[in-house]
Amino acid sequence: MTKEFLIIIFSAILVDNFVLSKFMGICSFLGVSKNLKTAMGMSGAVVCVMLVASAITWPIQHLLLNPLKLGYLQTLVFILVIAALVQMIEMIMKKSMPPLHKALGIYLPLITTNCAVLGVTILNINSNYSFAESMVNALGAGIGFTLSLFLFSGVRSRIDKADVPEALKGLPITLISASLVAVSFLGFKGLVENLFGG
Amino acid sequence: MSENKMKDSTYRSPDERLAEKKSKYTPKSIFLNGVLFENPALRLVLGTCPLLAVTISAKSSLFMGLAVIFVLTASEAIISLLRNVIPNKVRIPAFITIIATFVTIVQMLISAYFPALNESLGIYIPLIVVNCILLARAETFASKQKVLPSILDGLSMGTGFTLALLLMGSIREILGCGTFFDMQLPLFGTVFEPMMFFMLPPGGFFVFGICICLVQFLMKKQEKHASGKSSTPCGAAGDSSDCLSCGGCSLCKGKEE
Repeated sequence: MTKEFLIIIFSAILVDNFVLSKFMGICSFLGVSKNLKTAMGMSGAVVCVMLVASAITWPIQHLLLNPLKLGYLQTLVFILVIAALVQMIEMIMKKSMPPLHKALGIYLPLITTNCAVLGVTILNINSNYSFAESMVNALGAGIGFTLSLFLFSGVRSRIDKADVPEALKGLPITLISASLVAVSFLGFKGLVENLFGG
Repeated sequence: MSENKMKDSTYRSPDERLAEKKSKYTPKSIFLNGVLFENPALRLVLGTCPLLAVTISAKSSLFMGLAVIFVLTASEAIISLLRNVIPNKVRIPAFITIIATFVTIVQMLISAYFPALNESLGIYIPLIVVNCILLARAETFASKQKVLPSILDGLSMGTGFTLALLLMGSIREILGCGTFFDMQLPLFGTVFEPMMFFMLPPGGFFVFGICICLVQFLMKKQEKHASGKSSTPCGAAGDSSDCLSCGGCSLCKGKEE
């Protein structure tokens, strides 16, 4: 049991990193990775929302949509749940945890359109994960997102100081360096098979 | 800092062009904006998620583009029809619901008629819902304009996005696989070793970076021509290939600011 959880979490963080190999959440990845502080704020908010969204969408799919044969409404229901959830989390945070709201507040509205959140909830269903496995997958996806943002904000702070050719300035050099970071993540391919034998 | 400036100029210049036309959208300006000046993928850099994920082959890029054209046009038409009915406060959830409806339709059509495609595009079909292009166009265009311009905007923005997808998909498939639309290219016979790199995720970032770099470069040149400054910086007047080779010389730099 623990082995399966470890496989899921390692593949979500390193092998199939959501940002660098599934390309989910690229908008926020490119948008907020400019400095470490905002990157960490965004990641914190994403991890929160991913966990809560997975915890809510899994029962919806398995206890509501599947018995009623409404599986095709998945996309519609999930995105609305996530949108409502984000709004609710923001309100709860504002009321009960003002310091946290101050830190993460501005990132929360952006998360609705972050495909990583919708992506992880749909993947949980598509991969036939149990509830516990879904939560582990969501946690792994969140940590993976955090890790790639953390690493990439470091890379970007270096690029800012570098003398880049005019035509490459701005987005192009950012994307090319993202490509190099993604190459480094390719090195983790086969990690799970070797660690856990299968 | 300099990136901010660059972004500003990216966003402003099409607006200025429109302002010249007394902020009236003509069919031609909408079309040119969607496909060229405000190309959603390469100029506004929206919808990067599918752009990087599905462009491993020209075929899946094309189908993804067609799906986006359909969803974008249909949702813009409906949103434009309902623009006076939807209360301002709940407009975003309303837009998302409309968009999600059409995405569900596409999802059902594809899984019914193109099961193989469903396999290859997989999770990226439902993820069209959170493609920023859709919400951005709904918010900035369809919720303010009449139905016909909105439909035209959806079509041209979708076409622009599809062209960008096709461009990236072709580059990645040709270089990474040596094929184009699954056809073996005679161009590279036994001599050419396909570069796996382009099929892998890092290749996506790389090709996208290069494409944006080229577009930025060409647009800047074009703007320079349009502004009619007599001093063409790179010597040979109007020859873009010449300017490409200089790779951003000091004279080109002078134009920034």
